[in-house]
Amino acid sequence: MHAYAGKTLRVDLGRQHVHEEPLDTDAAQAFIGGRGLATKMIYDEVNPKVDPLGGANKLILATGPLTGTSAVCGSRFMAVTKGALTGAIACSNCGGNFGPELKFAGYDMIVLEGAAKKPVVIVIDDDQVEIRPAGKLWGKNVHETEDTLHEQLGGDFKCVSIGPAGEKLVRFANIMSDKNRAAGRSGVGAVMGSKKVKAIAVRGSGGVSAADPKAFRAACLDSLEKLKAGEVTGGGLPKFGTAVLVNVINEHGLFPTRNFQQGQFEAAEQISGETIAEKILVRNRSCMACPIGCGRVTAVKDGKYAGFGEGPEYETIWALGADCGVSDLAAATKANYICNELGFDTITAGGTIACAMELYEMGLITAKQVGCKLNFGNGAALVDLVTKIGYRRGFGDVLAEGGARVAQKFGRPDLFMGVKKQEFAAYDARGAFGMGLQYATSNRGACHVRGYMIAPEILGNPVKMDPLTVKGKAEMNIAFQNTVAALDSSGTCLFVTFSIGAPELAAMLKTATGFNYTVDKLLLAGERIWNLERMFNLQAGFTGKHDTLPKRMLREPMPAGPAKGKTVPLSKMLPEYYRLRGWDAQGRPTKQKLAALGLS
Amino acid sequence: MVKVLAIDHEKCTSCRLCELVCSERHGGAYRPARSHIRVAIYPEDAVYLPMMCMQCDDAPCIPVCPSGALVRDTQTNAVLVLEERCVGCRMCALACPFGAINYWDNKARKCDLCGGDPECIRFCTPQALRYEAVERFSHSARQAYADRLRDSLKEVTA
Repeated sequence: MHAYAGKTLRVDLGRQHVHEEPLDTDAAQAFIGGRGLATKMIYDEVNPKVDPLGGANKLILATGPLTGTSAVCGSRFMAVTKGALTGAIACSNCGGNFGPELKFAGYDMIVLEGAAKKPVVIVIDDDQVEIRPAGKLWGKNVHETEDTLHEQLGGDFKCVSIGPAGEKLVRFANIMSDKNRAAGRSGVGAVMGSKKVKAIAVRGSGGVSAADPKAFRAACLDSLEKLKAGEVTGGGLPKFGTAVLVNVINEHGLFPTRNFQQGQFEAAEQISGETIAEKILVRNRSCMACPIGCGRVTAVKDGKYAGFGEGPEYETIWALGADCGVSDLAAATKANYICNELGFDTITAGGTIACAMELYEMGLITAKQVGCKLNFGNGAALVDLVTKIGYRRGFGDVLAEGGARVAQKFGRPDLFMGVKKQEFAAYDARGAFGMGLQYATSNRGACHVRGYMIAPEILGNPVKMDPLTVKGKAEMNIAFQNTVAALDSSGTCLFVTFSIGAPELAAMLKTATGFNYTVDKLLLAGERIWNLERMFNLQAGFTGKHDTLPKRMLREPMPAGPAKGKTVPLSKMLPEYYRLRGWDAQGRPTKQKLAALGLS
Repeated sequence: MVKVLAIDHEKCTSCRLCELVCSERHGGAYRPARSHIRVAIYPEDAVYLPMMCMQCDDAPCIPVCPSGALVRDTQTNAVLVLEERCVGCRMCALACPFGAINYWDNKARKCDLCGGDPECIRFCTPQALRYEAVERFSHSARQAYADRLRDSLKEVTA
């Protein structure tokens, strides 16, 4: 067996029992690994109607065949489950060192089943697997948890853990790894918390081999050279991190500001990647096998927000900055550190607080309810509230449900800025129509990384598309969604797609696995994965009606900037999208389509 | 011209590609546990240190070997382990101040500079590892330090 470790570890938490099973190589060929293979298992084994926080849900941490190899950015694992925030299929991608270490220990994936009665820690030392009581680790934050595990077990164990947010079932809790890396969307950490798994520590002495070592090495080097030469992967990202986008997106007028009331933030300069590099950057940090190194190790040296950690990256500095109208880099950075330590999603946290801020300014939420003023721009309230969210204290308990439920509770569901109960990322779709279609159709709720239409619409990568037209958007969206589904399943990082595409990915996968992957087969696998995710959601109760956007996107024209006067013409794109997908008018995959994909 | 492997730890991003490709080159699998280079990562101090054999000129591992298994490669200046002579006593590992000598499958194992074409260098994107002529060795470090000094002087005069 090449590229794959060849074994799956199943952990039955109710019975405190673990067992191994061999990798299904036919399924691996059809679904690649990672996101695809884990989704197939969830689809086969979990009733889509289950309570995501109940014992019948399962949580899979899945690596891909390129994880733990020299493939560019081959560090990723996916957390796949039914999402606590959305009730839809969730798959949340994480880098760092855990994924590769899991493979070195001999496992492609871990399946967590049932729920433990008392909190546990799972320790994997090659083929020695133990379920131990979590004891005093329960209640500790993510950093304390990893430090304690390293003291107890040894510094060479790689960890994933949940913080207080996961324990307390904050609906957008993360699974954290290497302290500051996150499987960060849809509430996969709340699912782990519901199973009472505090942490998984793994150490492996084994290795991963390629089917054709010489050809695989050549394919890796080819991609590596392209990443080094790429403007984004070899320039912008290493130099300024993802926050290099702040100025770019702001200039294009789609930098969502104050809960998407505006598309440009007057203080963008103060929270830009350039400013981060100048004021707080200590050094870059890479996930394993990554030549980019977009990770930002940062320090706020003095003042009331002094601290040390990683971030903010682009989506975070937007969510905790512009979306909340906060221009104080130190406050937003501190809020980021707290999110990481307590273990929850910065995007949904920022989006939820921004929504609450708008409700507050409208008088629908009072200072008495919150415990302080909650006006836009209030950095002190932001820092206070993220702490309260993490522990579900005071008003944080309300916010811990996410923006959709907050907006519903206070009588203005239309002020939730997201889709399928998950918040938008840092792009106002009125300034990039294809991104709007992407948000509406994403299988895990609003999301920028299912199909990053900003690349063609704003950055001109791989081709430049006019962001303010509908032409070609459905087709491009589908191509992106399928490619990324395949990429996420392979174990490498979305960021490689700034410099390489399906041909390079197919070359690495083919030579690593020995399976005869071609570009067509790879994209077909991506399409198969996308359709299976869709089937899960349809069976969970979602319909085409959920493929929509908030009223603000559809009917409130952008007030100013390059996209002034625009709304998202979703109804002009969605039918074409369904048709090109081979789905019926209600967005259901047809029998013929499912048969063609081998899913019937 | 003899080359040496130079480490500039300040450029390291802790990606560990060096560990992956070293182990593959020497053992046919991506397996950091069997890499001759290991990156010591101190996240709280933001310090990443690639650790490996320095190919010492007066190498303590060579004289302690009871079977004459450690020898100097005259082409690359690397210290090599002759597997057929190695008795697996691990005295060389004991003598090495850097912990750069490994041991598995009953033999001492160490960096051999890949015969003069180090695989780790090939994959090190930030150029924290360089393989350069002896004459250039201190040049890059000196230049890097001078650059930093220049920057701080600019700040003072600005």
